[in-house]
Amino acid sequence: MIEVKNLHKSFGEAHILKGISSTFEKGKVNMIIGQSGSGKTVFLKCLLGLHTPEEGEISFDGRVYSKLDIDEKRLLRTEIGMLFQGGALFDSLTVEENIMFPLKMFANQSKKEMLERVNFVLDRVNLPDSNLKFPAELSGGMQKRVAIARAIVMNPKYLFCDEPNSGLDPQTATVIDNLIQEITDEYQMITVVNSHDMNSVMEIGEKIIFLKDGKKAWEGTNKEIFVTDNQAIVNFVYSSNLFKKVRESYLKESK
Amino acid sequence: MNYIEHIGKYFMMLRQVFKRPQKWKVFRETFFREVEDLGLKSLGIIMFISFFIGGVVAIQTALNVDSPFIPKYLIGFATKRSMILEFGPTFTSIILAGKVGSYIASSMGTMRVTEQIDALEVMGINSLSYLVLPKVLAALIFYPLLVLIAMFLGIYGGWAAGILTDLFYSVDYIDGVQLDFNPYFIKYAIIKTIVFAFVIATIPAYHGYYVKGGSLEVGRASTQAVVWTSVVIILLNYFLTQMLLG
Ligand SMILES: Nc1ncnc2c1ncn2[C@@H]1O[C@H](COP(=O)(O)OP(=O)(O)O)[C@@H](O)[C@H]1O
Ligand SMILES: [Mg+2]
Repeated sequence: MIEVKNLHKSFGEAHILKGISSTFEKGKVNMIIGQSGSGKTVFLKCLLGLHTPEEGEISFDGRVYSKLDIDEKRLLRTEIGMLFQGGALFDSLTVEENIMFPLKMFANQSKKEMLERVNFVLDRVNLPDSNLKFPAELSGGMQKRVAIARAIVMNPKYLFCDEPNSGLDPQTATVIDNLIQEITDEYQMITVVNSHDMNSVMEIGEKIIFLKDGKKAWEGTNKEIFVTDNQAIVNFVYSSNLFKKVRESYLKESK
Repeated sequence: MNYIEHIGKYFMMLRQVFKRPQKWKVFRETFFREVEDLGLKSLGIIMFISFFIGGVVAIQTALNVDSPFIPKYLIGFATKRSMILEFGPTFTSIILAGKVGSYIASSMGTMRVTEQIDALEVMGINSLSYLVLPKVLAALIFYPLLVLIAMFLGIYGGWAAGILTDLFYSVDYIDGVQLDFNPYFIKYAIIKTIVFAFVIATIPAYHGYYVKGGSLEVGRASTQAVVWTSVVIILLNYFLTQMLLG
């Protein structure tokens, strides 16, 4: 379980996160939703240790991040897989080298073992036969798959995804969402996904945290999101006419 | 940020850069890639420029010493001196500051804005050491070699110009080149080059690594990197010359 307690983060004068608390459980896709600029990425980067919060505590299965020494932090990071918004693939390396990179740095395996593992994860994300291509030669959806493959190659306990389907067409977006959910379930990872896409929230959000003005404005499941009266989240969902209709019919049915 | 803060941050960066590589095998691979990217790929332009600069220096000297009282071997002598003392180390370094400096700043800046540097950090990798140390080492080892080649080609270019223009005789030129050979001057040039190599690898890395924003800022950082690298080289050139030859 990842436990976040009273997280505060500012950049100079701008107070971005104003006391966020929550817990994220194993085998579940947890979602952070909110408008662009609401602090989702900042929140995720605090979890990753890329930003240091001024206040608050983050613990990974009982290990409080701020109390770990450098070696323990490094060990923890090898247990984390991260899918960045743009993929963040190393563009000077091939697909195979990209995915093999964490193994080369941290696993003491032979070239053959590493290659087997690379092919295994590439297969898992449905991207065989792309080993020797460079990221620039791949479509957006394929790049995301490679990034997922790289994120899970070390068998992480924790998987973080920043807007995994931004910039993808709806069909590919759904495929990527489902892939994230499948591997979360399969490897019983703790997965935290940032999104502002209501479609993926409904599809895979087993636990949802809604950020607004630096605070947690709502928390619940994707079922509860339809029936809640919380004005902030209703406004967020209602910004799409489609979901407005879906919600209305859902409410009607459940009466 | 003011200049003092930038200088402070630059030295803080260097402390991270000179950490032990986490995996020697990976370090070796990146080192050889940097030798290619920062060194071998600049070989052609450096050879081309130094050959012609040598030619021009020889022609200009020949035209300026058109007096019967000045011996003809002076042309070869002057060309050799200026190639070894200035054109070899400083001119080459300024060219590299432009070519390699913009490459380092823009490639690292792109890695920053596309979150590739974050990706390294998340994996538990010291991104500064991983990215910059191989560059520094490649430059320190390869650039002195490049400068020696530039000196040689410059002197050769001077000779070729004489042959082509009939402004002076081959024997006179060669006499001049062989006259009063001082190995300390080569040492002086190599010391300067090593200092410049360090500057060429690290100042653009600083500008690229700390980029904030998008591709526009990457472009700006790249320009800034070239300007500052050149300025620092020129200033250091002055002080080193005073220290080593003064
Ligand atoms: N490194 C940073 N320095 C200063 N401000 C930042 C930094 N990162 C994010 N911010 C600010 O924090 C706010 C939230 O950004 P972000 O977390 O990226 O939003 P989003 O929810 O779209 O991911 C934005 O106003 C942004 O300008
Ligand atoms: Mg974001």
